[in-house]
Amino acid sequence: MIRFEQVNFSYEDETQILHDVTLQIPNCSTLALLGASGSGKSTLFHVLLGLLKPQSGRVLVDDMDIVPLKERKLTEVRRRMGVVFQDGALFDSLTVGENVSFHMRECMDLSEEEMEARVQEGLDYVGLGHAMDMMPGELSGGMRRRVAVARAMAAFQPAIMLYDEPTSGLDPITADTICDLIRKVSTEECLTSIIITHRLKDAFKVADRVALFKDGRVYYEGTPESLMDSDDEYIQRFVA
Amino acid sequence: MLAAISHQARHTLFEIQYGVHLTLGSVWAVFTDFRRRDVVEQMDILGAGSFGIVALTGLFAGMAMGLQFTVELSVYGAKDYLGKMVTVSIIRELGPVLTALMVAGRVCSGMASELGVMKVGRQVDALKVMGINPVAKLVMPRMLAVLIMLPVLTVLADAVAVVGGYFAGAVVGKLSWSTYWAAVDQGLTVQNLVGGVVKPVVFAWIIGAVGCTSGLLSEGGTRGVGRATTQAVVKASILILISNFIVGFVVLKMLGWA
Ligand SMILES: Nc1ncnc2c1ncn2[C@@H]1O[C@H](COP(=O)(O)OP(=O)(O)O)[C@@H](O)[C@H]1O
Ligand SMILES: [Mg+2]
Repeated sequence: MIRFEQVNFSYEDETQILHDVTLQIPNCSTLALLGASGSGKSTLFHVLLGLLKPQSGRVLVDDMDIVPLKERKLTEVRRRMGVVFQDGALFDSLTVGENVSFHMRECMDLSEEEMEARVQEGLDYVGLGHAMDMMPGELSGGMRRRVAVARAMAAFQPAIMLYDEPTSGLDPITADTICDLIRKVSTEECLTSIIITHRLKDAFKVADRVALFKDGRVYYEGTPESLMDSDDEYIQRFVA
Repeated sequence: MLAAISHQARHTLFEIQYGVHLTLGSVWAVFTDFRRRDVVEQMDILGAGSFGIVALTGLFAGMAMGLQFTVELSVYGAKDYLGKMVTVSIIRELGPVLTALMVAGRVCSGMASELGVMKVGRQVDALKVMGINPVAKLVMPRMLAVLIMLPVLTVLADAVAVVGGYFAGAVVGKLSWSTYWAAVDQGLTVQNLVGGVVKPVVFAWIIGAVGCTSGLLSEGGTRGVGRATTQAVVKASILILISNFIVGFVVLKMLGWA
């Protein structure tokens, strides 16, 4: 379970980005975080990863507040998370295979064969078994995201998956493929997932609940269907 | 206007602070999280690409010095001292400075752009999330690689330059190798050698710290990276020239002026 409790955050320039954000994501469920660009979605994501420290509030991962944690402890928490950053954040000096095996190579004692087998398995899972030796620069946007998913799942079996705009900048068909993949990942493994997106369609495809962000505040929270039925003016504009 | 200056000053202070932070972090990482493969890889990238241009720089700097000094010294009938003149000016000044400037041009920009792309592309965050310390993985290997390679490259440039000086002396002043070499030998004093080794170490630190700092502090997408890259080279070059004077002064002061 992930719980944000009254999280307030501002960057160094002191304009407040997150205002009293309170959200709860039960185990084995998927939350879609919707919102206009610049509304603070990625910022919340980085707070959850412990990359940014909120000025006040608590961020609970399985009942442990991660805000006061030091880097060492954070690493343990992060091992339970698989992260797909905006645009994938693949290491572009490494091949696709090396990207997927990167975490294992750095943190685990595995033989080359074992590692190769797991990389192959991971890439097959996202439908990119043939791309092992390609460089990230040679991949299309959709392929990069899929490799990022494979990388996020490769090393430790994550209990939590986080996706930052996995479908933005993709054509609708590729975006649907990514959504299907996310759906497959989270149902097969019973994962707790947060997916940031501004496509309503993604939310319907993958999410149990949605939260709509507006200017760093949770403007609406509920099921995707109830979001559609709302007669609030801003929501109407957002879903239109 | 005043606000802009104070903002700039604060930013510069922050950069210096961050550079020191990266340096200390790298020293710490050498003992706690040493990554031999990354260090060797960086040394390879740095060395393999730099030997050629550094040797070429040394050769022509030495020949140019040899040419000018031969003509001037001949006026006083002192061209037998050519070797000493060339050696002193190369080892103390030109060798370290030119090598550092060449390496700064190649390596500082490379570090800044590589790390900048990793920063804005969130690859640095991806490392952190995987529990890998970016300073140990990215900064320490680069800093250590320059720290090892720059003195080596400087000695290479020095040696090539001294030989280059002889070519000029032989062609213009009909100097023999034994005369030239005897004078070179006189130039190889403790002061000169100490100064010649201390300088590259200081310059290497400047190149590593400026390159990594600029890269990791770059913001604002690919344009920000471009800006960080060019600024890194300019900053490093200026700092090299300033510290060259300071280190030269301190070494002479400590070891005597002669
Ligand atoms: N490193 C930063 N420093 C200062 N402000 C930032 C930084 N990153 C993002 N912001 C600001 O925070 C706000 C929210 O950004 P972000 O969380 O990236 O939005 P979203 O992901 O919803 O598009 C924006 O106004 C943005 O300008
Ligand atoms: Mg974002």
